[in-house]
Amino acid sequence: MGQIVTNTPTDQPISHDRYNDSYIRGILNDHKTIAMVGASPNPVRPSYFAMKYLMDKGFQVIPVNPGHAGKDLLSQTIYSSLTDIKKTVEIVDIFRNSEAAMAITQDAIAIGAKVVWMQIGVRNDEAAALAEKAGLKVVMNRCPKIEYGRLSGEIAWAGVNTRTINNKRPTLAGGFQHRLIGA
Amino acid sequence: MTQDREPGFDTLAVHAGAAPDPATGARATPIYQTAAYVFDNVDHAAALFNLETFGNIYTRIMNPTEAVLEERVAALEGGTAGLAVASGHAAQYVTFHTLMSPGDEFIAARQLYGGSINQFNQSFKKSDWRVVWADADDPSSFEAAVTDKTKAIFIESLANPGGVVTDIEAIGKIAKSAGVPLIVDNTLATPYLCRPIEHGADIIIHSLTKFLGGHGTSLGGILIDCGTFDWLASGRFPTLSEPCESYHGIRMAETFGDFGFAIAARVLALRDLGPCISPFNAFLLLTGIETLSLRMRRHCDNALAVAQWLEGHDKIAWVNYAGLEGSRYRELAKKYCPKGAGAVFTFGLKGGFDAGVKLVESVQIFSHLANIGDTKSLIIHPASTTHRQLTDEQRAAAGAGDDVVRLSIGIEDKDDIIGDLEQAFAQL
Repeated sequence: MGQIVTNTPTDQPISHDRYNDSYIRGILNDHKTIAMVGASPNPVRPSYFAMKYLMDKGFQVIPVNPGHAGKDLLSQTIYSSLTDIKKTVEIVDIFRNSEAAMAITQDAIAIGAKVVWMQIGVRNDEAAALAEKAGLKVVMNRCPKIEYGRLSGEIAWAGVNTRTINNKRPTLAGGFQHRLIGA
Repeated sequence: MTQDREPGFDTLAVHAGAAPDPATGARATPIYQTAAYVFDNVDHAAALFNLETFGNIYTRIMNPTEAVLEERVAALEGGTAGLAVASGHAAQYVTFHTLMSPGDEFIAARQLYGGSINQFNQSFKKSDWRVVWADADDPSSFEAAVTDKTKAIFIESLANPGGVVTDIEAIGKIAKSAGVPLIVDNTLATPYLCRPIEHGADIIIHSLTKFLGGHGTSLGGILIDCGTFDWLASGRFPTLSEPCESYHGIRMAETFGDFGFAIAARVLALRDLGPCISPFNAFLLLTGIETLSLRMRRHCDNALAVAQWLEGHDKIAWVNYAGLEGSRYRELAKKYCPKGAGAVFTFGLKGGFDAGVKLVESVQIFSHLANIGDTKSLIIHPASTTHRQLTDEQRAAAGAGDDVVRLSIGIEDKDDIIGDLEQAFAQL
């Protein structure tokens, strides 16, 4: 089912079973630097697909993978850990298992990230509570590529149910077949 | 945080998948009558061909008008994604092409649309896919038919030619314990009357030509991925779980997750087999879907009134409509189709074959043709038309004996529908 977006108070705890579209849209509009922990240089892996798509959408994506530290991935230097990154990181995207998410969340808090984002199949409620206590926003069991595609409507070209209802013109980006997720 | 409100079924029927056109502001969904789509540059083309980004390449594989139709039906069924194709038959072929390998088997209910029985018995044999028949009235017959080659179970929710309601949940449990997807053809019920996903379906198929489109204008079919089957954990469906040679070794179910089946069916089966729907048909079907609830309520009200009237007529031997209190399917109908038992059903004429022929030639409002799910009331005498090449025994087994007449009740005034049958019966 889709969502009819209403004015949503944000001072109450987030349910991690179901997110409002406005919450996800806010995160993707407000934060443009993503550290992707578990980014794979293998071009058939989902993390590679997600990194490439998010870079196309204007995000700066910093790959983190200790097994490939120092190499380049999509022209970005791979870091060994979050704490090695000297630049500002806003979103920490976790392409690791639920158990590993706790240590990565602790690092995300330590480097001053604003959002901890766990991929589809990754959920760690303890880590989420820790991050929220430190003032970070948390998304679990979601993919930022799919969410961007869903909220922009791009993913609907593949017949996917975006679960949205829209009475506004979609916002076009440059070139053909590129859409923004709107305000 | 308060949750955003979930839109209801009728709102989805009007809005899901559609938005004002970004270039022109057109509010109706435009008919994108184009074969192909311009790329920004070589990198953009490569990303599209590699499935790394979302977008349109060629209308055999995808089209923006068709995409609205796909999302609309997926939303009404509660699925993750849809794939619209040229017909219901094409939807079935594309579905099985994605699931099956040569030598594989699937179990199907005997109580199916005759065209599906032909497709499964005859054409599928050429791909070495073997159908094993079971009895929709006896779920344990599905369990007994499971072998290590079984790859799917196929049923109709409301079975054509009508009157039969399938116990989806019982058969769904058998599919689950066999580790295979349950495929439900929901054409006769539509998601307005029955939502198979709530009873264990993994894949839903429609002939859009029937009640969803609703006006008898346009052929179309669709498959809906319910997102409920774990192809990677199963490992028995190589098209979904093994590296795909034509896309550099990606695994469809890994890359596309809970809508991986719909994507695999699109970028492999539809790409290579080619039974795409036309954008114009997609547009007409979409327009029909906007009034699905209004029409189905009327179809069901009229069908019940006609069935009740027939039941009391002295030239009628029997009426097989699950909406009647005396139907053996009444309890199943209350569970699976509480808002109505559909509008397609059969009845028996005491006068047999000759009375059937006379009836279809005497009606003045009913149209004598081989289709169902039109706004117009339709009638056919299977023994003298669709099933005439069969022996008497085969006809009886198919529920198309000499005395059988099938009706698809339209949305005309019910007094006129009944009046037309009354004047025709007077001539028998």
